[in-house]
Amino acid sequence: MSDVFFTRAGQLAARKVADEVVILRAHDSSLYVLNPVASAVWEAADGRTSLDAVVRDVICHEFDVDPETARRDASELLASLVAEGLLRTSDQPMAPADPGAPGGHPA
Amino acid sequence: MSALMQHVWDRALEARVPLSVQFDLTYRCNERCVHCYLDHDDHGEMTTAEVKGVLDQLAGAGTLFVVFSGGELLLRKDLFEILGYARTLGFDIRLKTNAILLGEREADRLRDLGIRSVQVSIYSHRPEIHDGITKVPGSLQRSLAAIRFLRSRGLHVVIANVLMRQNAGDYPHVRALAGELGVECTIDPTITPKMDGDTSILNLRVSEPQLLRVYTDKSLLGHDANEPPPLIEEEMLDAAPCSAGHSACYISPYGDVFPCVQFPLPTGNLRAQRFGDVWHQSPQMNEVRAIRMRDLPTCSTCSFMTTCTRCPGLAYMEGNMKGPSSADCEKSTVRARAMAAEKDIA
Repeated sequence: MSDVFFTRAGQLAARKVADEVVILRAHDSSLYVLNPVASAVWEAADGRTSLDAVVRDVICHEFDVDPETARRDASELLASLVAEGLLRTSDQPMAPADPGAPGGHPA
Repeated sequence: MSALMQHVWDRALEARVPLSVQFDLTYRCNERCVHCYLDHDDHGEMTTAEVKGVLDQLAGAGTLFVVFSGGELLLRKDLFEILGYARTLGFDIRLKTNAILLGEREADRLRDLGIRSVQVSIYSHRPEIHDGITKVPGSLQRSLAAIRFLRSRGLHVVIANVLMRQNAGDYPHVRALAGELGVECTIDPTITPKMDGDTSILNLRVSEPQLLRVYTDKSLLGHDANEPPPLIEEEMLDAAPCSAGHSACYISPYGDVFPCVQFPLPTGNLRAQRFGDVWHQSPQMNEVRAIRMRDLPTCSTCSFMTTCTRCPGLAYMEGNMKGPSSADCEKSTVRARAMAAEKDIA
């Protein structure tokens, strides 16, 4: 399976509150609260760290889960965050996200 | 508030995170609203670099929501630089402005920055009333033009309609105007003393009959608004009176930190102290934070406690942060009269 790189989409506000990442989308005020595993994926979303690296160095390291399960769950999580417009993916490393970058905002 | 948003606020309160901060960037203003509580002279606003430094500290402290207000924000020539910097730090940003300096170019920039909401003060649909309150001829027309610019770019706009004696009857028309513009409208009868303690502007507060009209206006009230107040339960007495000092605070253009914009208790200054030190260690902030509903000698036994909108800051300005706020006592009394009138009709 080829590796994937991921970064945060534009027009989002986000902050870690206690152990949960809270994300707010500007144009429709949609609110997301990520659980600790999803928060770890979000915090690693710098466009340069691959999903495999996050699974190996963060999820398997910080949570009690085997690598195969972690990889499968992380892929599903990534797909859902992409579907919600919170993350973008690429098969190549990308530039880090700019929270104020235009994108996804109705003209 | 959604259950999810309530969850976020609860977590912030437990962890003592300053989740929401109102940050006034200037007290200068191009309007002279008759009810304004501010001194509009510039006594040494923070520089661009100082503001950015404060934003860095807020991001580190866990603040997500920043409301930039004033004074009039657009009088700061570095406003868009500050907003852009704040967005790179991941803040959710809302603005409060009179918008009379906001043209198409500014609206484009706010859209591109991902500003979530812009609140514009509109006092009346009648120019002579609105402009009479702002003391700026043509201000209603200019504010409405700005709202149209913002809406045409998909930005969320909220009209803030502050009620006073001279405009109290106009709110249905302002709400209709908001509907035509496709924007939200909030109505608020709160007039606060000036920050220096001067209470002369309180005579602008709506009269009891005017307030009664608001509380009996079915188009404004939720379906449970006229239900009897729930009984006081033990756990309610353990609750904090409001978020001020717990998960929210206010920063002035001079770096002064207060529990809330309506709670002018000085707790520290960011030109001399780090935000985290003020937030966590200020004796004044900790005094506010220690108060629970059961500590309020009058309010904790009041039959209106569970529905009252008591503001600790207004109580503080009346001389006792643990005391009642007379304006909110009046609101509760009038609300009860509205309920009684409703029952008589039924």
